[in-house]
Amino acid sequence: MPDVQPLVSDFVLKLKRRKVEGSHAVARQTAELLRSVVSQHRMGSSANQAAALADAVRAVGEQLIAANPIELAVGNVVRRVLHIIKEEDISSTAVGIEGLSVTVDSDDEYDREDDDRPSLSAAVLAAHARNALRAPSLQTLLEDIPVSPAISRTASSTGDSDGKSKSAGDKTSTRKLKHDVIAAIGDLIDEIDSCYEPISEQAVELIHQNEVILTLGRSRTVKEFLYAAKEKKRSFRVFVAEGAPRYQGHVLAKELVEKGVQTTVITDSAVFAMISRVNMVIVGAHAVMANGGVIAPVGMNMVALAAQRHAVPFVVVAGSHKLCPLYPHNPEVLLNELKSPSDLLDFGEFSDCMNFSTQDGSPLLNVVNPTFDYVPPKLVSLFVTDTGGHSPSYMYRLIAEYYSADDLVVRRKSSA
Amino acid sequence: MSQKKSRSRGGGGAAAAGDDHEDLARPPPLQAVLLADSFTLKFRPITLERPKVLLPLVHMPMIEYTLTWLESAGVDEAFVFCCAHSNQVKEYLEKSGWAGRAGAGSMAVTAVESHDAISAGDALRVIFERGMIHGDFVLISGDTISNMSLKDALREHLDRKKKDPLAVMTMIIKHSKPSVLTHQTRLGTDEIVMAIDPETKELLYYEDRADNSNLYVTIDKDILSNNPTLQLHNDMEDCYIDICSPEVLSLFTDNFDYQHLRRHFVKGLLVDDIMGYKIYTHELRSGYAARIDNFRSYDTVSKDIIQRWTYPMVPDVISNRNCSESRLHRQGIYKASDVTLSHSAQIGANSVVGSATSIGDHCRILNSVIGEGCTIGKNVVINGSYVWDNVVIEDGCQVSNSLVSDGVHLRAGAIVEPGCVLSFNVEVGKNALVPAHSKVSLLPQPSNEDSDEELEYADTNSGVTDSPPFSSMRSNGDQATVPSEEDESGTSETGTCGVVGYIWTSGDAGILEEWRQSIAPISKEKLEELQHAVSENDGSEDESNNPTLPDKDDSSDSAVEDDDLISKFEKEVEETFQRAMGGGVNRDNLILEINGLRLAYSLQHADCAGAVFYSVMKSALQAAQSTNDTLLKTTAEALGKWKDLLRNYTKTVDEEMEILLKFEEMCQETTKEFSPLFSKILPFLYDTEVISEDAILRWAEEKEHADESDKVFVKQSEAFIQWLKEAEEEDDEEE
Repeated sequence: MPDVQPLVSDFVLKLKRRKVEGSHAVARQTAELLRSVVSQHRMGSSANQAAALADAVRAVGEQLIAANPIELAVGNVVRRVLHIIKEEDISSTAVGIEGLSVTVDSDDEYDREDDDRPSLSAAVLAAHARNALRAPSLQTLLEDIPVSPAISRTASSTGDSDGKSKSAGDKTSTRKLKHDVIAAIGDLIDEIDSCYEPISEQAVELIHQNEVILTLGRSRTVKEFLYAAKEKKRSFRVFVAEGAPRYQGHVLAKELVEKGVQTTVITDSAVFAMISRVNMVIVGAHAVMANGGVIAPVGMNMVALAAQRHAVPFVVVAGSHKLCPLYPHNPEVLLNELKSPSDLLDFGEFSDCMNFSTQDGSPLLNVVNPTFDYVPPKLVSLFVTDTGGHSPSYMYRLIAEYYSADDLVVRRKSSA
Repeated sequence: MSQKKSRSRGGGGAAAAGDDHEDLARPPPLQAVLLADSFTLKFRPITLERPKVLLPLVHMPMIEYTLTWLESAGVDEAFVFCCAHSNQVKEYLEKSGWAGRAGAGSMAVTAVESHDAISAGDALRVIFERGMIHGDFVLISGDTISNMSLKDALREHLDRKKKDPLAVMTMIIKHSKPSVLTHQTRLGTDEIVMAIDPETKELLYYEDRADNSNLYVTIDKDILSNNPTLQLHNDMEDCYIDICSPEVLSLFTDNFDYQHLRRHFVKGLLVDDIMGYKIYTHELRSGYAARIDNFRSYDTVSKDIIQRWTYPMVPDVISNRNCSESRLHRQGIYKASDVTLSHSAQIGANSVVGSATSIGDHCRILNSVIGEGCTIGKNVVINGSYVWDNVVIEDGCQVSNSLVSDGVHLRAGAIVEPGCVLSFNVEVGKNALVPAHSKVSLLPQPSNEDSDEELEYADTNSGVTDSPPFSSMRSNGDQATVPSEEDESGTSETGTCGVVGYIWTSGDAGILEEWRQSIAPISKEKLEELQHAVSENDGSEDESNNPTLPDKDDSSDSAVEDDDLISKFEKEVEETFQRAMGGGVNRDNLILEINGLRLAYSLQHADCAGAVFYSVMKSALQAAQSTNDTLLKTTAEALGKWKDLLRNYTKTVDEEMEILLKFEEMCQETTKEFSPLFSKILPFLYDTEVISEDAILRWAEEKEHADESDKVFVKQSEAFIQWLKEAEEEDDEEE
């Protein structure tokens, strides 16, 4: 894939220089990049097309993840794409053996429909393909019951189908695999773009009349969520903690007032004082970890603790691209980023405190500006994702539906 | 079919994303001129072997920071002007992938080479001749670290230019408080006094060599009368990032004597009101920018990087393309993944350790940067130091507040005292002691200090830089002999073996500069001394401000007042003199003017002589490039040039005496640079017949009864006085 290399290195550079930030933008651009990687990938005549394609994606993914390990959305999207390739491989193999059956219909759906159902049904497919490993989930119980017989047949046949599919692996099937993968990635992009809609649809169910909502900083998901509730004629009040040191809360307050929402701005340190008046805390997240813990803008843990102390529900809204299959082993060090102290202090004002020539050489003034907080799962009452509300203990299962277990560590297999 | 469709979709998406983030890309591409040469000698002896811009600053060459910033600031095309060691710079640009990288979204980097340029002015003239700059450009030096957004400054500059085509330059300045004690910024440069129009942000006055012995700023009356409001700043730092119009280049070509960007160009433009060009400032509010001018700023900026003021240009975010990632641990410790660290070793806060470095038992590393591939033995203490790559430090060494270059070998028990600079491949013997503030290099100190350029050494050094056989050979054969040849005073107190390499004598402006611009923090004694001086100064200022409310007895008060008057007079004479130097005022007119001043202040003829002499010496000092040899030379030139003027005032022995006393006073108090040269300048004064032998002898006589401290200079010039006496006796005998 020589043609995509400039694109890849350009994006890597952008990630490295922190020019692209925020999980939504990062997720979207990663998906777009991977789509062009897949489309530029030349399908060789090798035995295992899907593995070659997955390898190409992995190679790029590895670079992207290394470029900015803190943006977990990059890894999420890479893993999603790897998962898509696996699913499409299984389904096309199934087509090769079973002839044109139900799965082909669902392929056509990919081109026509824009909602997230196809990818979900694909998730179901994969889930069934490896159903020996996995207990049935709520999702699979509720949806797509007619598909399952075909799937179970596929699953039973995949074991011995490898040899046959190779012989049947003519050009049409390889092209079809690529086409399907590209289409599925397109759906993924649409899903990332429109993740706010299914989330905000649930707003009226959660926000009741005359309630007081507290939020911290500014999250687009939270904003859309509150907008949606307002549009449905709910009347409620919002307390916005300003979210030092970036003060994104000020921006959110402005936006909410424009929509006619009763808004009160408070300092972060006033959260505990105000929490007793609050009915519900709704916040956004940077990433949701597999254990149900949340990586969120700094100050969130304090809000969560305050909410727990006063038994106020702590709701986290997050699109599915924020679901990360990793566990936070060492959050303080590994999943945080210290930004420039200039957010906190005026350099000129404090420059005399940093005159090392008159201070014995060792800096006496240190400024630490971490970007994220880790909120442990026990403090979270509810996750609202585009598939509905879930409790923290359910997150690992939801995550298992989006990713395959062997992709958790994105690394090129060819090196092994 | 579908493949094509998706490809076009993907391409479109990427382009759209690019547009979002590259809104600086406009039809006329933004160009930048990067001077990969500082045109100073501040980083000697290291810069003899490697250009300053390639010196590692927290593991990355300085130029890498500058180029990275230029690229992220939206510059489309950058010209790297290399002069000294141009081969190394070009090689680096190629190896690091900056050069020859064309394509959408990335910055094109072109190396421009010229060996004739000896100053920034020359460099810009070369750039102009080659006609590479077509529009407004960013002028930056390759040792500038920044993360600021150029957008606002650039927009301001362009808007202003549309309204007023004479606004040719926008200087980026940053708020930073200079130290009250040392009168220098935290970067070790002199504090700058600027006058800025608060409304238009026009720069009206710029003085970067503020004389800190007297706390005066002299501003032209015109500036005050023409501008209803102006703000005087001494708390601004010049970032040395300029947005220039193409006219700047032609201005440099028109005024071929412009060398220094600030001292000549900016001041020249501010003084010149015929053309009416204007310079504006842009104050940096959020963001970081600093230029590494000397070892002190190297230290300060390194610490700023470690403390993440330069984010995202911090070690764990951008790494050199070929080295492994380093991670940020608690307390600002950056460690590469493959560091071999003993369990008992201790790394203190704000330290960086590079990859493939091993650190032995019970080591203590504090506030230091350790490069790649270093081997550090047991019980080593490294404090506040910068150790570059592939350095070997054996057991029990102590390094504090020093710079240790690539390939240096410290044998067991060596001690490097604060402020040292060990250049490439230097070896320090067992239990040797490198005294504070010494500079050690394998290359001898060039004797002809009058040439400013590092250029001429470029060829001879390229071979030396990477030749391990050379150093190893020396260490085997010459180890015993070489140290004995070196500076005796430096190595006399070292242990069994000395240092392989030449210890450079600190000729550069004496002791004064050494503590000002070294890596080591200023020592406590020095600080106390300064504190004392400041409080004294404050006291005298109070007195002079309130002469009517004397808090001492009357006699001292009148003396103070008198001194005050004389110093004012001297100040005015000096200015008059400087105007004469600059504008070429006729000598007779000058004498007339000075006489007028004398009458206005109702002073003696003798005072005049002293003042004029003071001005002449001052001009010599300013022209000199801060080394003793050049100082002597320029002094001689200045005296030769103005001897007639001086003679005009030295009609009697009294006046000659006044000059001698003035000279002595200068050496002791205001301009200590002259003190080592006293005995050398004195014969010259005699030769030019400014001072007669009578005066010198009388001076020596008078001084005989003075206290010891006053006799320093008499003793220094004892030989000369002796010679004079003998000559006189001979004359007598002949008669």
